[in-house]
Amino acid sequence: MANVGNRIKHIFNRNESYLLAVLIVLIIVVSLINPKFLSGENFFAILRTYSFIGILSIGFLMVLISGGIDISFTATATVAQYAMAVFLAANPNVPIVMVILVPIVIGIILGSINAFLIHFLKAPSIIITISTLNAYYGILQFISKGRWIYGFPQWFRDFPNIKLIQFLNENGVYYGLSTITAIWIVLLIAGAIVLRYSVLGRNIYALGGDPKAAHRGGLNLFRLRLFCYSFMGFMAGIGAIVHAMVTQTVAPNALLGQEFDVVTAVVLGGASIFGGTGSVLGTVLGVGLVAVIKNALTIVRVPEYWHQVFIGGVLLISVVITATRTRLARQKNRIIDVQN
Amino acid sequence: MSKTNFSSHLQSVARAYRLWAHHNIDIAVLPLMMVAVVITFSLLTAGTRHFFLSGANLSTIAFQIPILGLLSLAMMITMLTGGINLATISTANFTAVIMALILTHLFPEDPSSISAFLLVLLTIIAGLAFSLLLGLINGMLIAYIGVSPVLATLGTMIFYEGLTLAITKGFVLSNFPAQFLIIGIGTIFNIPYTLLVFILVVAILSIVLRRRPFGKQLYMVGSNETATHFSGISIKKVLLKTYLLSGLLCGVAAVILVARFNSANARTGASFLLLTVLISVLGGTDPFGGFGKISGLVLALLTLQFLSSGLNLLGVTPFVAISLWGIILIGAIVYRFFRAKQREKESMGVA
Repeated sequence: MANVGNRIKHIFNRNESYLLAVLIVLIIVVSLINPKFLSGENFFAILRTYSFIGILSIGFLMVLISGGIDISFTATATVAQYAMAVFLAANPNVPIVMVILVPIVIGIILGSINAFLIHFLKAPSIIITISTLNAYYGILQFISKGRWIYGFPQWFRDFPNIKLIQFLNENGVYYGLSTITAIWIVLLIAGAIVLRYSVLGRNIYALGGDPKAAHRGGLNLFRLRLFCYSFMGFMAGIGAIVHAMVTQTVAPNALLGQEFDVVTAVVLGGASIFGGTGSVLGTVLGVGLVAVIKNALTIVRVPEYWHQVFIGGVLLISVVITATRTRLARQKNRIIDVQN
Repeated sequence: MSKTNFSSHLQSVARAYRLWAHHNIDIAVLPLMMVAVVITFSLLTAGTRHFFLSGANLSTIAFQIPILGLLSLAMMITMLTGGINLATISTANFTAVIMALILTHLFPEDPSSISAFLLVLLTIIAGLAFSLLLGLINGMLIAYIGVSPVLATLGTMIFYEGLTLAITKGFVLSNFPAQFLIIGIGTIFNIPYTLLVFILVVAILSIVLRRRPFGKQLYMVGSNETATHFSGISIKKVLLKTYLLSGLLCGVAAVILVARFNSANARTGASFLLLTVLISVLGGTDPFGGFGKISGLVLALLTLQFLSSGLNLLGVTPFVAISLWGIILIGAIVYRFFRAKQREKESMGVA
């Protein structure tokens, strides 16, 4: 009996429970304002639109758990996306494998450059990634001269419109789970398995919780960091493909600014920049909250130039909550707790 | 006669440099870099319409230094405590827009000189007070709530920029009264007022950092927080003051920004963020806190400003410059890293 009580208490204490509660309340409020919000169509549309943010969030979560930060990922994704688009536009018959591999390999390479610099120079990750953000972005802008690329082959245009689960609405229009969303879900599961059940994942929590202790415990910090930052790059590469498929245009400045949504989602999800905490479930709920807020702003017709205020405000509130919870927990018992 | 005079001058300069370099090993390379940059660009642009050492170019540089310099100082002092202020640019832009609103709404058509003076003064005071408020928010988040400086200032950066966008609806505010613009364009003996303001700020800040208790405490917090705590210093108060001061410096930059460009909007100088980090780190400030001097920052500022103007004169696109700043910043960190390693080896040899 006491055990059940403890379990319930544990569930109530978890960050994810609060997030879910907030998300549900928000959904109810928005639905009351505009009932169309609660339609299946809108639900799947949001899932499709936010798959890109969601995919990047998994990578960003990994870096935050390891105790670092990477704000260069939109630049990484842009470079990867542009390279892919150049390939595709130059030769529509280019093998599909290449279209997938090019952005992913570029993402992994750029991500591991970050890891090398951060680990070996013992420099703050924020400063290294501000540098690489500008270096990657500047070089791309220079080479591309800001040119947009569009007009992709038919399969590239058709793929994102395939529905894996399909429903018919009353107007006779099909809607459902897009392949894009399916990619996100697969990556989510992969991320959750790595973080929760693999030795690698537990080591990443250990690194973020206390790098010195992790080092003394015999962990290879460089290999862990290399994994986290190249995983971020890998996600940026896949995100780049997904984004290009959804928008069907590739511009060298289209992704810049989207990092705000990603950072907000992951921090909302309970990950702390001090490292060692955060979960895939929290991140999904964080992405959900960002998506619902942005969708709600559009539905309630808040002008576009107010959106950033809300995202910034939500980010500030969530960092305050995360910091306060950490401080209270530290006061209560000085035990480092690995989440889940 | 004049030849020996020149070489003896050169020798005494070299002697002075060696003495200085001995005490400032971290930034010893900067003066050499600066001279190299000036000579290179002077040679590259010699005989063209855009000569590097022309009066026009030097005057442009003199007008550009204060804004970049003030924002770099705002970045540097937070780095000294081991933090960072990513919200410097958005603080400056937000403050600039607030001042722009006061100037466009409160200024009468044709004010008497006294009321114009008072209104300009009021605008500046209101602007500085507002920037202090923005700094206060950062300081409270970091010092009292315990948010990491990166996330706190990333949040306020997005939030401040968002509010500025919402207020201006994305438009640029401009056309301010001449009585205010004089601050940005006026000169004494060809020296811009704004440069004098910057020199004054540098002087005051040097004294504060080197001679005042707050300055010492700031370095202490950056080098060892636990030791500082146990020596009875309130880390919270020091951090709060640091971010207040950082906000105020952004406010001063905002005054100059409005007066110099006769415009204010949400997205001026987005690339300055990288530059201010670069200037701080290149100037010898340790991003983990505890070390860094204003003299180093000023040297780095001049070097980069010369480099930037030189590239501009040669017609290099801004994108190349931006990626160059990123690469130079990494280069500076690599350089610091190997210096630190070398010093470690030397001290081991002595022991």
